[in-house]
Amino acid sequence: MAAKRAERLVNLVIALLGTRQYVSAARIRETVPGYEPDDGTERADEAFKRMFERDKAELREIGVPLETGRTSAFDTEDGYRIARTDYELPEITLTGEEAAAVGLALRLWQSAQLAGAAQSALVKLRAAGVEVDRTRGIPIQPRLDAGEPAFEPCYAAARDRRELAFDYRRPDADRASRRRVQPWGVVAWHGRWYLVGHDLDRQAPRVFRLSRVAGMPKASGPAAAFEPPADLDLASVVAGSERREEQLVVVRARPGTAIGLRRHAVPLGPAEDGDDRLELRTTEPWSLADQLAAHGPDVLVEAPQRMREAVVERLTRLAALGGAA
Amino acid sequence: MTAPSTAERMTRLLALVPYLQARPDGVRLTDAAADFGVTEAQLRRDLDLLWVCGLPGHGPGDLIDLAFEGDRVRVTFTAGMVRPLRLTTDEAVALIVALRTLLELPGLAEGEAVSRALAKVSAAAGHPAEVRAPVAVSVGAREQSLSVVRAGLERERALHLHYYVPSRDERTERTVDPMRLLLVDGHWYLEAWCRGAEGVRLFRLDRIDEVAVLDEPAAPPPQALERDLDDGLYQPGAEAPVVRLRLARTARWVADYYPVEELAEVSDPPGGLAVSVRTSDLAWARRLVASLGGAATVDEPAELAEQVAAEARAALARYAD
Repeated sequence: MAAKRAERLVNLVIALLGTRQYVSAARIRETVPGYEPDDGTERADEAFKRMFERDKAELREIGVPLETGRTSAFDTEDGYRIARTDYELPEITLTGEEAAAVGLALRLWQSAQLAGAAQSALVKLRAAGVEVDRTRGIPIQPRLDAGEPAFEPCYAAARDRRELAFDYRRPDADRASRRRVQPWGVVAWHGRWYLVGHDLDRQAPRVFRLSRVAGMPKASGPAAAFEPPADLDLASVVAGSERREEQLVVVRARPGTAIGLRRHAVPLGPAEDGDDRLELRTTEPWSLADQLAAHGPDVLVEAPQRMREAVVERLTRLAALGGAA
Repeated sequence: MTAPSTAERMTRLLALVPYLQARPDGVRLTDAAADFGVTEAQLRRDLDLLWVCGLPGHGPGDLIDLAFEGDRVRVTFTAGMVRPLRLTTDEAVALIVALRTLLELPGLAEGEAVSRALAKVSAAAGHPAEVRAPVAVSVGAREQSLSVVRAGLERERALHLHYYVPSRDERTERTVDPMRLLLVDGHWYLEAWCRGAEGVRLFRLDRIDEVAVLDEPAAPPPQALERDLDDGLYQPGAEAPVVRLRLARTARWVADYYPVEELAEVSDPPGGLAVSVRTSDLAWARRLVASLGGAATVDEPAELAEQVAAEARAALARYAD
């Protein structure tokens, strides 16, 4: 940003913070350095207007609460002011431990989607007198997947409560289909990003994996167009959509094999052939079937029958991989 | 989340004077630059700019005044800029969501301190509507070992691990010098120098069966370098042999998960991908192919396909009994 413009914006903030009265645009033009002076020409007036409009937009963009209004009934046009109580960050004092927690927490966003917002939040806390240590603490690098291009438009639409449309490809479908959603929020759940919202075509809440969104989602219509459910808990909506019923599976493993399975298994004692009988629990039976098949002859499924069949099916496909079958 | 340059600099300029005001004894320029995440040269440009700003009238008594003493700076007149600007919605969300996430990870920080920080930050963020954040993070990795690993890192002590290695399906014991903790794709990893293997290794915390902090100091040797996560977690050597696989649609995720060298869309199977992966560990490749249950076929090496098929035939023979 040009230094001249930054200087003018800072001066404008100082001037409007320093007054309780609404200040007219004409007065601002006279007293804040950097605006096109009034030389009586229409060209100069136009230049000032354009510049002032851009400056107001810029300040609002970074969150400066710029008010418009009239101090008295005799004023002929609207003026501007910044109410100090709306502008200023309220008092906040953090103990060393609390500040360390904030520092650690904000590293969550390092290289992730809200990295810029996290950095400026930290700047403001420091400006409020909070000492957030830069050097202390444990070396830790949390990373929420940084490369999810659909995050930004989905997040912004949920924040502004605007309708969102995007192309979505389910893993079992060949091509993407158009979805229209009232976005409630974006969730990182077990390392993956999801969009939660009300699907307008299906008239029901839906959960979408961001990585399956094709192209860029587009927001449309006015802000604050809908209200998410009052008792909404984003993470549990995703957890609920991913939750499956738990199933029990009993397998036989040759002694000394299937170390990984045994880590989460209940031992049921030896079978008549000397194998170890193990009880496993799973909420993702097909993924467990993959895992069991990968153990080859070391692991045999006893029950349920469905799991036996699923594993035999996989083994049959795997047996066909070799040329000499 | 506007264009960074403009918003970022304005946020900094409006915060600088209050920042100095909160530190009446002055601040070293290098510290201030680090606090704001900019170079010292940029910080000086910002201070120079602020120095000519002030209240309308812009007489000598109206301008922001700074005092430079050696390598320190303090503010002597603020022109009314005494507090930073309120948090924007995005900033409040970033803070609150991060602290809530930390609350989910009891091994990582003192829960009490996190709760208090969360309450204070929420109060300072103001509008209750913003506290209902349009983004949530659920890490879900509540590893028992997290607090012990953290203690090792904090106290800079070596750790003794019982570690499960899935690619070889075996349990190992080793002494490591911890370097840092990583959270990638929903899993916690300890990056450490493994004394036995004489190399830097990543240990997934949910595969650590037992861990103890040793009395000896952690001493990763100079050649123990943190890896660049942008290159992915798995970084096989360039000289390792090539494995060529054909992935059906349901197995395409393999290409996102492992560092594949070549990648081509193919029509056999429909919607499939042909990829090549380098690995010196054929046992790992065998487990990968076998665990895909036929959704991946092997183009190369032929013996990999033979091994997987032979194992499967042996297993089928048991089911036929």
